Amino acid sequence: MTLDKLLIIAAALFCCGLYTVMTRRNAVAVLMGVELILNATNINFVAFSFFLTRVMGGQIFAVFVIVLAAAEAAVALAIFLRMFSTTGTVEVDSADQLKG
Amino acid sequence: MIRYAYIIPFLPLLSFFINIAVGKRLPRKGDWLCLGTIAIGLAMSIGIFYEVFQAYDPNFRYHVVFPWLTVGDRALFNTGILIDNVTAVMLLVVTIVSTLVHLFSIGYMHGDPRYSRYFAYLSIFSFSMLGLVLAESFLFIYIFWELVGLSSYLLIGFWFEKKSASDAGKKAFIVNRVGDFGFLIGILIIYATCGVLGYDQVFLAIGEGKLSGTLLTLAGIGVFCGAIGKSAQFPLHVWLPDAMEGPTPVSALIHAATMVAAGVYLVGRVYPMFTPDAFLFIAWFGLITLFLTATIALAQNDIKKVLAYSTCSQLGYMIMGLGVGGYTAGLAHLTTHAAFKACLFLGSGSVIHAVHSQDIQEMGGLRKKMPITFVTFLIATLAISGVPGFSGFYSKDMILGAALEFGMKSGNPLHMIFFIGALFTAGLTAFYMFRLVILTFFGAPKDHHKFDHAHESPPSMWVPLVILAGLSFSIWYSGWFGTLVQKPKSVADLAGMSASAPVVPMEHAAVMAPAPHAEAAPVKEGAPDASRGPSSHGTSAPAETPHAAGLAVHGESHEGASRDAEHDAHLAHTAHTYAMYSSVAVGTLGIFLAFMVYSFGWINPDRVANAVKPLHNFLQNKWYFDELYETTVVNGSKALSRGLAWFDMHVVDGLVNLTAQLGVFLSFLVGKFDDYVVDGAVNGLASATTGSGSILRRLQTGKLYHYVFVLAGGAVVIFLIKAF
Repeated sequence: MTLDKLLIIAAALFCCGLYTVMTRRNAVAVLMGVELILNATNINFVAFSFFLTRVMGGQIFAVFVIVLAAAEAAVALAIFLRMFSTTGTVEVDSADQLKG
Repeated sequence: MIRYAYIIPFLPLLSFFINIAVGKRLPRKGDWLCLGTIAIGLAMSIGIFYEVFQAYDPNFRYHVVFPWLTVGDRALFNTGILIDNVTAVMLLVVTIVSTLVHLFSIGYMHGDPRYSRYFAYLSIFSFSMLGLVLAESFLFIYIFWELVGLSSYLLIGFWFEKKSASDAGKKAFIVNRVGDFGFLIGILIIYATCGVLGYDQVFLAIGEGKLSGTLLTLAGIGVFCGAIGKSAQFPLHVWLPDAMEGPTPVSALIHAATMVAAGVYLVGRVYPMFTPDAFLFIAWFGLITLFLTATIALAQNDIKKVLAYSTCSQLGYMIMGLGVGGYTAGLAHLTTHAAFKACLFLGSGSVIHAVHSQDIQEMGGLRKKMPITFVTFLIATLAISGVPGFSGFYSKDMILGAALEFGMKSGNPLHMIFFIGALFTAGLTAFYMFRLVILTFFGAPKDHHKFDHAHESPPSMWVPLVILAGLSFSIWYSGWFGTLVQKPKSVADLAGMSASAPVVPMEHAAVMAPAPHAEAAPVKEGAPDASRGPSSHGTSAPAETPHAAGLAVHGESHEGASRDAEHDAHLAHTAHTYAMYSSVAVGTLGIFLAFMVYSFGWINPDRVANAVKPLHNFLQNKWYFDELYETTVVNGSKALSRGLAWFDMHVVDGLVNLTAQLGVFLSFLVGKFDDYVVDGAVNGLASATTGSGSILRRLQTGKLYHYVFVLAGGAVVIFLIKAF
């Protein structure tokens, strides 16, 4: 297990997440893509932290990100619920009322 | 007493302020206050005159100066009082006449709605006149000069509801302004050259030669212009007859006795500064006035107008007397005239009060109804006609003597006209004054209604008449006046001489040939002035010797002064003798003629008037002076005003309007600039903003994956840039 492989895994995961965010119309799916991106980042944090430094900064940051991701999921899901109850859909394309 | 002389003018000023403020609420409307203050002034004047008379010194002078306007520690203008013999006499004259006029007015103005204001005005006049008399500098005499002009204006127009009265007030004021302008120029010339304005300082400066030659003559003529206006001399005499619109006591006080004499007093006051040329100028104006106004008086029918023109004429006598070198003569006539002319005016006031008319053709026979007025009027008339024993004889005779002496000494035969004109006019004076007396008091009453209502005036009115008539006898004046009032040395003659030259005693002056000739003649009792008189005309500053030689026609040459002095004295004596006889003869002739025409009926005046109708009309219309001034001066200034108005309306207003239109046009341009350029820029910016916004808004699709795609693409681009 080397840093390169971990980084490749993280990059692949990131690309998957990005692809999900860009292509999915469903808000929940987009949120899931964001989770993938966040986790790819987490892998990077932990990998760099493990291989390049001997302090636990990266791991601690990854824990923070996980917590933030949880909070973010909670808030986002709440927004989607409100959105659904107002517009009857969670399609992100339909949420374009602020468009000029 | 003389130390408190400065109080005299301030007393009437005090009563003026009190009366103008609260006069209506005072008991008797405050007339007692004004009368009281002027009476105190009279008492003090008598005291001063007594002191001066005790001294009996021709050179008596009491002169107090203190700085009035100081800049730094340099006194620019001084104020103070100067009392010499002339001032003491004038003080007495002014206060006596003023007091009597106050007294007379109590009866005359009784029941007038503005009674208290009238007395306040009399007080301000008394203040100004006394200030004028006591002033010791050109500045202060000018200030008081204008103040008497103001009070004259106020009192002429006192019954301002009458249009003629308010017009007369304005006329008097405006005509006087013309003369005062000349006076001011004279003062300015003096101040510009000498730098001082006190009489003594100015005379000293002229003596040092700071002001001489033509400029000195001009300054003298300028100062005399003031006298022309105030004393109603020839070109500006037109205001005085119109001034008779004022209450009669005012005419007596201001327009007969005191204010109009101020011009004569001024000429006497600044006598040393006149040059021979200026004297000749003065004499000519006096002569023209005395003749011209006397002829007008012949044909007037208004009792006050006759007296007004006679006042002009008598003032002409005084001015001419001063001009021909009769200093004492002119001032003596001023003094005597004040008494008898005030008496005549107050007498006419008494008559007008009785018959309510001023037309002598409606009167007649009043001597039975108004005996006191008649007798006093007659005495004053005898005095003005120059009948021996009366004051007018004494002073007019001196003037005629001085004129004759001047004419005899002058090489120019034309100068005899001063004597001839004055003598002829003396006859005219006697004639028109007796015409007035006869038509008013003698004969049968012409208007019975008015005659029946006539009555003698109350004591407050006849007491002043009696006092003034009493003062119309020559016994009061002869002797001391000639001794105390003597001609001052002319400083114009001294100009150029060293200031430290010792004063030459008169006895020795004759042997010191180049001494100023004003000193040369010995003093002769009785007519001292005239003997010293015109000799000053012949002398001039050594610096202007060629000029003086040209003027020597007036007098003697420099050598042989001793012989000339004797000759002069002899000449003066002869002149006065001739003048006396001829004036008595002419006066008697005039009186006799008046009786012939108006009383005995030997000559019918109407037939004479018809025979010389153009001349009679000419005189009755006052030589058409008013018409002349109406067409020239008044219409001229109106035309000028119209021209200026046209200029104002068309050129000045045109310019203003043009400027306005330019402004409008410019504003239009600026408005357009604002509309198109400034607003265009603002709107352009706005539309550019909206335009660009409407283009750029397309970028904001609202599609989430677009944003993410751009985000990711951007990241890739950044990565690629960093990588290579």
